[in-house]
Amino acid sequence: MTTASTTARAKALTRYRLFWPAVVLAVLLLANLAFTSDFFAVHIKDGHLYGSTVDILHFGAPLILVSLGMTLVIATGGIDLSVGSTVAIAGALACLHISEAADPASPGTVFGAIGIALGTAVLLGVANGVLVARLGVQPIIATLILMVAGRGVAQLITDGQIITVTSEPYKLIGGGYWLAMPFAILLSGLVALLTALLTRSTALGLLLESVGGNPVASRLVGIRAMRLVGLVYVFSALCAAVAGLMVSSNVSAADGNNAGLWIELDAILAVVIGGTSLNGGRFSIGGTVLGALIIQTLSTTVYTIGIPPETTLVFKAFVVITVCLIQSPNFRAEVARRGAGRRSVDRPRPATTTNREVGA
Amino acid sequence: MRQQPVLEVRGIRKEFPGVVALDGVDFRLFPGEVHALMGENGAGKSTLIKVLTGVYPADGGEVVLAGQRVRFAGPLQAQQAGISTVYQEVNLCPNLSVAENIFIGREPRRLGLIDWAEMRRRAAELVRTMELDIDVTAPLDNYSIAIQQLVAIVRAVDASARVLILDEPTSSLDREEVSRLFTVMRRLRDQGVAVLFVSHFLDQIYEICDRMTVLRNGRLEGEYLTSELNQVELVSRMIGAELAGLDQLAGGKRRERSAPTGDRAFLRAQGLARKGAVEPYDLAIRPGEVVGLAGLLGSGRTEAARLLFGADHKDRGTVRIDDAETDLRSPRDAIGHGIAFCSENRKTEGLVGELTVRENIVLALQAARGWARPLSRTTQDKLALRWIRALDIRPGDPEALVRNLSGGNQQKVLLARWLITDPKLLILDEPTRGIDIGAKAEIQKLVADLAEKGMAVLFISAELEEVLRLSHRVGVLRDRRMVAQLRNDDALTPERVLATIASGAEQ
Repeated sequence: MTTASTTARAKALTRYRLFWPAVVLAVLLLANLAFTSDFFAVHIKDGHLYGSTVDILHFGAPLILVSLGMTLVIATGGIDLSVGSTVAIAGALACLHISEAADPASPGTVFGAIGIALGTAVLLGVANGVLVARLGVQPIIATLILMVAGRGVAQLITDGQIITVTSEPYKLIGGGYWLAMPFAILLSGLVALLTALLTRSTALGLLLESVGGNPVASRLVGIRAMRLVGLVYVFSALCAAVAGLMVSSNVSAADGNNAGLWIELDAILAVVIGGTSLNGGRFSIGGTVLGALIIQTLSTTVYTIGIPPETTLVFKAFVVITVCLIQSPNFRAEVARRGAGRRSVDRPRPATTTNREVGA
Repeated sequence: MRQQPVLEVRGIRKEFPGVVALDGVDFRLFPGEVHALMGENGAGKSTLIKVLTGVYPADGGEVVLAGQRVRFAGPLQAQQAGISTVYQEVNLCPNLSVAENIFIGREPRRLGLIDWAEMRRRAAELVRTMELDIDVTAPLDNYSIAIQQLVAIVRAVDASARVLILDEPTSSLDREEVSRLFTVMRRLRDQGVAVLFVSHFLDQIYEICDRMTVLRNGRLEGEYLTSELNQVELVSRMIGAELAGLDQLAGGKRRERSAPTGDRAFLRAQGLARKGAVEPYDLAIRPGEVVGLAGLLGSGRTEAARLLFGADHKDRGTVRIDDAETDLRSPRDAIGHGIAFCSENRKTEGLVGELTVRENIVLALQAARGWARPLSRTTQDKLALRWIRALDIRPGDPEALVRNLSGGNQQKVLLARWLITDPKLLILDEPTRGIDIGAKAEIQKLVADLAEKGMAVLFISAELEEVLRLSHRVGVLRDRRMVAQLRNDDALTPERVLATIASGAEQ
């Protein structure tokens, strides 16, 4: 009786959306402990928090931002490949504005730079949105245009050089501290919270999931899908622009070539690991944040446990494949079936025990 | 016709888990004839074709082709033996040229390379023999569906010319295109090809076919000369024994109908039409009135309804709602005017499977309010629970995923979704198809009650008994035309509706 109810509870837990991403993140973090005994140690130096976990959150902040926008895009059944270029463009525009300003350190200059970056992002998002929602171009192609062209635009803005800036207020966004915490962590946390609120305390989440889950039915139910879908591309571009400000602020420089390079792929991965299907429909903001942290932890792990640089990518790929397999219900069912089969060949397997072997 | 059949099937049997799709069916096809395979949905037509062409292996019985027993391992083998099939959806490659489509997989070769000049020359020749005037080097999708259909036939006939199976080839063609297809079919027949023709259009059957085989519920109902079986007899053979039972139901249990008074129509359609979907029709629906639409599958019932909901764009005609001319350009427009539409395709056009019962129920109301004015969770729960209880949706858990519900319960969720929007006109397309008898009765009762309270209802169903039981008036469609609108008084029997469907004129 008790075992039955415990199993039932364990099964209910494994079915909880965030269970598997949380398990993976926990395992990754614990694995680090084996190599670095003070991995979880956090101490305060000069009124600033320091520690490996703080670093993960800090360096993961841009990815979290980009992944948030990507989540909503993917929920509608789309994809946004242009976020990396948007990161570069936003950083380049902001740094250009600051470097050309008379007083780079004045708040006015910095707010102007932020305004230019975000305003441009809205335009880029609208361009994507019009292509996808209005003209019906396949999202992967529509955003590929900006992915390729945008990188060129960023290089034009920086004139092929790296623009360096010296501006204390601008430095705050990506490299500064506030209330002892890196400001980037607070900012990305705030955006994640706002996104969750925006989607879940309005009907936006439901309508997006409906459009992604069944576009035909959504049209017949009277949802203005075109506007919604256009909107998510704007949101995605805005998130990417904030990430771009963060990245350039952290290094006080804009690099049109390398800023945000391949971040779209990490973001897509983060969304998928977080449990949102690429087919669209159900999405999870919490899952995406966990997914982004998993990827950042993985990157950090590669450095802390001293994996040789030439095997880094292979190692990452291996971990990602493992994570995806663990998350696949089919794979878990297969493992469970084989495990059960080995133990007792003649006993017919109850149909409902697929998750228990791994879940227990 | 005294010769040997080119294709003969004896006692064929095919079972799927839980269903006997074909139960000892005999079937003969002679060279030089056009033969119709008739039956309602689920009668076994498609299964028989798939067994003939090797898509499914038969579980019993034998297939004899030109005097020899055959057993095809797949459609390719059947094709090589001389049986070609052209399906309703043209399964060619629209981005390849006409010539490539005709010869794909069997291109003329020289020294191992494709001989393009030879391919084009032969394709042009073949196309000419069909009296088609098209450029064989142009991509197939430059041409209409009708031409694509004919190209598919050219390909099928050139590949192997003994037996040609045409499965609903005319369902997306207009009248002129159909007659073009028929010209080709007649020519092939005169050349000695045996043509098996499947169509829902009775007129077409009687125009082109020499003989017909009627299936019902997986059994052979009979083989007839077209000239010896009139349309009414054919329809009653397709529907079969149900007709007798239907009689009693209609006579005994028919609900007391007080036709709504006043002639102010909520909605009045005039000359509404869309090419290839439905020809111009007039329809008026008054508040409190249930108008039924009857007709065979593919007769244009759904298409007519979709125009009223703005789901498809009309080509011509007008819609007046509350006496004001209205252009319904999208479902959203229609919903704004108080129209609701439950699609016959619950899964693909109705529900969002991965969302919960609650979310599916509030979806239409929420969409109307827009994303910025969310229904509070308390309101959602209250609405969901109230309708789960009112319609007895099972399981009664508002957080259950809708895709895990049974068909009948899914239908109720769909109904609940529209009922909470408090529509003035409810369009129900096959609301009781594929659901069990209990749920069916509940839904019928609900429709009657709603009309009593003043809702206008357009009720589409393939089941005449149901249409007659609920409707005040019945619009009869046939071959995409509204051929009659019958008052549902005591003189209206299923036989009269059938006769109207069969003859295309009011009986």
